[in-house]
Amino acid sequence: MIKSNLLNSITRLLIGVGHRMIARVWRLGAGARLFFLTIIYSGESFRRFHLTLREIYFTGVMSLLIIIVSAFFVGMVLALQGYNTLQKYGSSEAIGVLVALSLVRELGPVVTALLFAGRAGTAITAEIGLMKTTEQLSAMEMMAVNPIARVVAPRFWAGVISMPILAALFSMVGVLGGYLVAVPLIGVDSGAFWSQMQANVDVRADIVNGVIKSVVFAVACTMIALFEGFDAPPTAEGVSHATTRTVVISSLTVLGLDFVLTSFMMVV
Amino acid sequence: MERTKIDLWVGIFVALGVAALLGLAMKVGNLTSNNLGKTYSVSAAFENVGGLKPNAPVKSAGVVVGRVADIKFDSKTYEAIVNINIDQRYAFPKDTFANIYTAGLLGEQYVGLEAGGEDDSLKNGDKITQTQGAVVLEKMISKFLFNKASESESNSEPATATPEN
Repeated sequence: MIKSNLLNSITRLLIGVGHRMIARVWRLGAGARLFFLTIIYSGESFRRFHLTLREIYFTGVMSLLIIIVSAFFVGMVLALQGYNTLQKYGSSEAIGVLVALSLVRELGPVVTALLFAGRAGTAITAEIGLMKTTEQLSAMEMMAVNPIARVVAPRFWAGVISMPILAALFSMVGVLGGYLVAVPLIGVDSGAFWSQMQANVDVRADIVNGVIKSVVFAVACTMIALFEGFDAPPTAEGVSHATTRTVVISSLTVLGLDFVLTSFMMVV
Repeated sequence: MERTKIDLWVGIFVALGVAALLGLAMKVGNLTSNNLGKTYSVSAAFENVGGLKPNAPVKSAGVVVGRVADIKFDSKTYEAIVNINIDQRYAFPKDTFANIYTAGLLGEQYVGLEAGGEDDSLKNGDKITQTQGAVVLEKMISKFLFNKASESESNSEPATATPEN
């Protein structure tokens, strides 16, 4: 009796896990289909570039403040913490290298992507989800306007254009923040700060790789936000769940992708 | 009206991005110092390159005159073949001596060139014959310990011999 109960509950557990897995794979396929449709129908977002321009304004320009302020603080904290350790080994001049490399290689692209998912990704999901709830997308289809070409693709390209710019700004402002703490506040020599940085930061291996990372993150983050909005159940609850999922899935995807990309780029 | 305002902001945004990228390349990275301009290539065989890596600096009198292009292993002589690109502006005599040094105690390794006295200078594709490889710390320590041991042995032999008698 007990044995069959146990067996039953295990079976139910396995069935539940299987159902969830199948649902995930289903969603993954739907997301991939949306991605290809977006690429196919993206002609209009370049022909009528003002559509994309408007989205760049909302996702990129409006995110400037949060990106710049957080980059400044991240750079300052990096310099303070780095100094703490480096000074024990008598090499506090290497603080510039530490700040620049960690920003350009990792923190710039990753933190920008996380902030972007929170600031712009949620907005995209909520907007498209609400458009679907209020049947604006269906109305477009009735008027023979392709909602993917008109709504999804411009937002996709706006995200892909904005994020590398934001990431580059993040790295640069972070380095300036680190400079501000290291040189006037702590008293590291300004010349050593910049020259050590320039000697150890390689344009191709570090800066270009950082830009590549931010482009990949941009595609992932924007696509996840768009898909969650497009796939949201047309209810208030559905949109709110979709917005939450956007942040969670984007963050996890960015961190996972970061590991994969870094391990690819580390190959000497 | 509204559109032109957005255009302006997006323009500022893109300009800021380009400026940040340029700033990263020029001020943070080594785009300016990495460009050697025209170079000529010479090779050198080392018994051991230690931690030398491609793109490591080649210095003479402390000035960067070139960069390491690539490092290969020669399976016939069991030596490391290091190809070096040297700036066209600098000519070195044929009997130049190539060493592998370490910057600081634990710093990165670089190739140091010490000019010889010959009149002919190195040309593209030439080979530097006089080389000294990297100093391997373990070898040095074991040599030091060996010397110490043999020293103390020779010193203590008569000392231990007398009390036993």
